[in-house]
Amino acid sequence: MSLRTPLGRVRGLGSAREGTEHFWRQRLTAVANVPLIVFFVVFLVAHAGAPYAEVTASLSNPIVAVLMGMVLVSALIHMRIGMQVIIEDYIHGEGAKVALLMLNTFFTVLVGALSIFAVLKLGFGG
Amino acid sequence: MVELALPKNSQISEGKTWPKPAGAGNLREYKVYRWSPDDDANPRIDTYYVDVDDCGPMVLDALLWIKNKIDPTLTLRRSCREGICGSCAMNIDGTNTLACTKGADDINGAVKIYPLPHLPVVKDLVPDLTTFYAQHRSIEPWLKTVSPTPAKEWKQSKDDRAKLDGLYECILCACCSTSCPSYWWNGDRYLGPAVLLQAYRWLIDSRDEATGERLDNLEDPFRLYRCHTIMNCAQTCPKGLNPAKAIAEIKKMMVERRV
Repeated sequence: MSLRTPLGRVRGLGSAREGTEHFWRQRLTAVANVPLIVFFVVFLVAHAGAPYAEVTASLSNPIVAVLMGMVLVSALIHMRIGMQVIIEDYIHGEGAKVALLMLNTFFTVLVGALSIFAVLKLGFGG
Repeated sequence: MVELALPKNSQISEGKTWPKPAGAGNLREYKVYRWSPDDDANPRIDTYYVDVDDCGPMVLDALLWIKNKIDPTLTLRRSCREGICGSCAMNIDGTNTLACTKGADDINGAVKIYPLPHLPVVKDLVPDLTTFYAQHRSIEPWLKTVSPTPAKEWKQSKDDRAKLDGLYECILCACCSTSCPSYWWNGDRYLGPAVLLQAYRWLIDSRDEATGERLDNLEDPFRLYRCHTIMNCAQTCPKGLNPAKAIAEIKKMMVERRV
């Protein structure tokens, strides 16, 4: 039981003076994702069941490869900050929260690095 | 983690069914949450039968009828009985609203009444609003100016005054904040829809000179940005206001001052 005043508790550590960048980036990547995900789905449908050589050939087209890279960057940033909000909403233990926020970033960077390496590898000839 | 199940000492049991009033023809069933701090018992749901012909039309009328004629220990807050004081906010038929402006005829079947969700209960239908009021105080809900105080009054154009419509009507009943899942999970850090609507009421007031300072104090991942536009606030507001829109306007101001 704390004897701190209610106002003292509510004011707590004060305002973090941030959050708007996060809010803005989420909207920005959401808007970017609309055309990018359409491209991504069209690409997947067009290449469903296609042989390796055909996919490699498509990805060696610079426009396709660059678009694919942009899909990854935009979607992964969106995914990371979305998951960050979910963790902050639902995980209340400080230790678990910080650990999960770190894992969230590590996971995103790992997936991003692997995916971009794959796109580059295929784009440059498999 | 968020607690999705009630803790053991909050689990609700079947309570007492009070006898039907003698000689009444037209009865209405009320199921009311009861909990007292004076014993160690878990909360329970008591069932009452109200003589509709002897009682006013609103849910508050029925609760006071129960308190006067059946069970004087039933505890609730009420004052104005006309939707302007916000005291009798409670969860009626699954929705937070004011008992005094909710007609019993609008509800099908038994009328189920609980205190506002996810607040500590003081007794029966009385929730502890200490944190809610402290949060309201934290946004400094008064006019802040630096300019010399005018001899008569701070003037405001009609257009600027109109910007306060849909905001000044808020009676701080806490129906919206306690309907908001974000406020349930993070009510210690998230200010909640009612307080943010009040914050916007001062942000948009043309006479106030502390807009930037007010925005600084709100710019926080938890204080403001826990709003995920769930919209329960706008749906439940017994005054028909839209706190979600006020919060969206605050977010727009945050972006506007940096782009």
